[in-house]
Amino acid sequence: MSEHNPNSYYVPASSRWPFIGAIGLFVTVYGAANFIQQSTDAVANDGQYGAWIMFAGIAILIWQMFSWWRDVIRESMGGLYSPQMDRSFRFGMMWFITSEVMFFAAFFGALFYARVLAIEWLGGGSNNAMTHDLLWPDFIPEWPLERTPDGTTTNAMPAWGIPLINTAILLTSSWTLTLAHHALKDGHRSKLNGWLAVTVLLGAIFLGFQGYEYYHAYVDMGLTMGSGIYGSTFFLLTGFHGMHVTIGTIFLAILLVRTLKGHFTAENHFAFEAGAWYWHFVDVVWLFLFVFVYLL
Amino acid sequence: MSAVIEEHHDHHDHKPTGLTRWLFTTNHKDIGTLYLWFSFAMFVIGGLFAMVIRLELFQPGLQFVEPEFFNQMTTLHGLVMVFGAVMPATVGLANWMIPIMIGAPDMALPRMNNWSFWILPFAFTLLLSSLFMEGGAPNFGWTFYAPLSTTFGPPSTDFFIFGVHLMGISSIMGSINVIVTVFNMRAPGMTLMKMPMFVWTWLITAFLLIMVMPVLAGAVTMMLTDRHFGTSFFDAAGGGDPVMFQHIFWFFGHPEVYIMILPAFGIASQIIPTFSRKPLFGYASMVYATAAIALLSFVVWAHHMFTVGMPLAGELFFMFATLLIAVPTGVKVFNWVATMWKGSITFETPMLYALAFVILFTIGGFSGVMLAMTPVDFQYHDTYFVVAHFHYVLFPGAIFGTMAAVYYWLPKWTGNLYNERWAKIQFWLQIFFVNLTFFPMHFSGLAGMPRRIPDYNLAFADFNMISSIGAFGLALTQIIFIAVVIGCIRGKRKATAQVWEGAQGLEWTLPSPAPYHSFTTPPKVD
Repeated sequence: MSEHNPNSYYVPASSRWPFIGAIGLFVTVYGAANFIQQSTDAVANDGQYGAWIMFAGIAILIWQMFSWWRDVIRESMGGLYSPQMDRSFRFGMMWFITSEVMFFAAFFGALFYARVLAIEWLGGGSNNAMTHDLLWPDFIPEWPLERTPDGTTTNAMPAWGIPLINTAILLTSSWTLTLAHHALKDGHRSKLNGWLAVTVLLGAIFLGFQGYEYYHAYVDMGLTMGSGIYGSTFFLLTGFHGMHVTIGTIFLAILLVRTLKGHFTAENHFAFEAGAWYWHFVDVVWLFLFVFVYLL
Repeated sequence: MSAVIEEHHDHHDHKPTGLTRWLFTTNHKDIGTLYLWFSFAMFVIGGLFAMVIRLELFQPGLQFVEPEFFNQMTTLHGLVMVFGAVMPATVGLANWMIPIMIGAPDMALPRMNNWSFWILPFAFTLLLSSLFMEGGAPNFGWTFYAPLSTTFGPPSTDFFIFGVHLMGISSIMGSINVIVTVFNMRAPGMTLMKMPMFVWTWLITAFLLIMVMPVLAGAVTMMLTDRHFGTSFFDAAGGGDPVMFQHIFWFFGHPEVYIMILPAFGIASQIIPTFSRKPLFGYASMVYATAAIALLSFVVWAHHMFTVGMPLAGELFFMFATLLIAVPTGVKVFNWVATMWKGSITFETPMLYALAFVILFTIGGFSGVMLAMTPVDFQYHDTYFVVAHFHYVLFPGAIFGTMAAVYYWLPKWTGNLYNERWAKIQFWLQIFFVNLTFFPMHFSGLAGMPRRIPDYNLAFADFNMISSIGAFGLALTQIIFIAVVIGCIRGKRKATAQVWEGAQGLEWTLPSPAPYHSFTTPPKVD
């Protein structure tokens, strides 16, 4: 249907969505900064508008992403994309995931630094005898840090309950997603839909368990973001991971809608693979979390 | 579907007009132009902040601004120059030149390219609006160390944090685009080891950006939760460590300085062969040296923190790793000089800038070697010697590199020749004032003048007055610069396709100005 010459280059038409996306990001973060100031008490910022601005920004972003990808899907289904474009998308997704790995690396770095260096030094290790003796002589260096230098106490989250179940869930979901991928390549559409749906469901169950775990931590265990460095690293690492599971689940759910509509062919399904890569990445991050946040 | 295709072909062949051309563009040249103008605007704003600093430091005592406002000026000057002026300038050059240099039609992901650009004006609106907020703009220096930025940061710090997030998103998307373009869009025959050095240096820069910008995002996120959600990342009372902030920041911050300078290395490696009429000496060693610098940049970050009380093993490791960087950097300087050796050199303005870059950047490199030595750094740390050092690598380094590139490629962009006479006047004035501004800082720093203070001991008065006079002059030379650029855009004297007699490479095979869509079919490269 396309007169596209495979030997000539393809440059996409101009689009309003990137610019609208920039506006959306700006409105979101402007609202978020106000919302955070208005809903916490560290800074005097009276008002209620922050949340509304933030939600307006998020709405713009959702509209922008939906419309942008709708255009891209139409162009792709219209046969406009060459194998070279496909490679560009693939490389782009790989490097995006690389950047995500480095984002998590920052928080893992904080965890390792605190565990290996900061806490030992607060206990008088290395050249810090005076820090310990003069500032916090009663401080006992340990991990999980259940009692901070200033005396805040908390309880560490055990690994062998919900975290273990969640590990099993995520590992299973990676497997079901691979089954869906194989079904797609073999042209078994109903199997594809089935396994993809199971994967989405497993993602949602994971999130449900994690929500329960957070509730349990806050209400029953006294483990909060304010529980010293243990709570800080625990909630930021698992929280950002949970956010990525949420994004991944939405990603897969949209792929499910598309497979149900008959999108993707055995040869041409970059979006599906991008979603699968993202999901596996989230899975691998979880394994590191399970080992370093919960287990060790 | 056919409607989509027709619309697509329609846009393909015509140059869109009006405001929407710039807002919705997917054209690498338009986006490059936007980046470059944005960068210049930020250069002016960041420069005005510097003028406030130099005005206050003109004489000892407090004359013009409150210390609190002075701190906001040093902070915003650094942030605006690093993230607003230098980085977007090199991204603009990458956008303009990389597709042309490798024989591609455009960047690989043109729409995302537009998104990366348009995030920036919003990010800087957010950052600069903090000046008008209650409590003033961020005042903790561009390095925003905890607890200055957490416990003691003004309310506007949260807007700064989100501004940094936006800049990070923009940089990451921009660098993904560069990497994908270089890996996937090269013309047939353009093997990696045939790529122009500018493309190589930008490829490595983009890799650095992808590795470190997310870490910066993590750092500011921890700041945000420390400020508002009770976490203790940078609070020793909760088991964290304020020094940890410095580690995370400089894990980003040190590769960041190479992000700013590597493209300038690439530019010098384009310009010096052209005006020496010789191929670049030691091309392969240039590539490996750049890669070595980039890899080493990940393991040297704590040389910014020698005085925080690290264990001795840490001090030694980071000292030796840092000194190691002098080796590949020396290779590059040697190669630039060897390229000129027995060449038929002419001294057009881009060449003058490239030469000034090599010499003055090397001075900045030498003071860097001095700072890298731990015991000596105990004396220099946080003095004007550090300010002198990084301004030598940034102004005559990154900014001279950018200006060299602008003069070098301006005829290709506009189709017109610039006024060589005024460009040379601008160059000589600028090189005089840049040294007048920054060289005395070495002396005031060695004598012990600390950085980031609005008032100082009488002993430093002369050096500061000289620096201030230099800075005002340096600001004025930028007026000539922009006049020459605008004069060239409106110019009458047409440039040839090759522009410079000794110029080699695909960009010079295109007519001047380069057509809106560069290569619609892949050129042949042998």
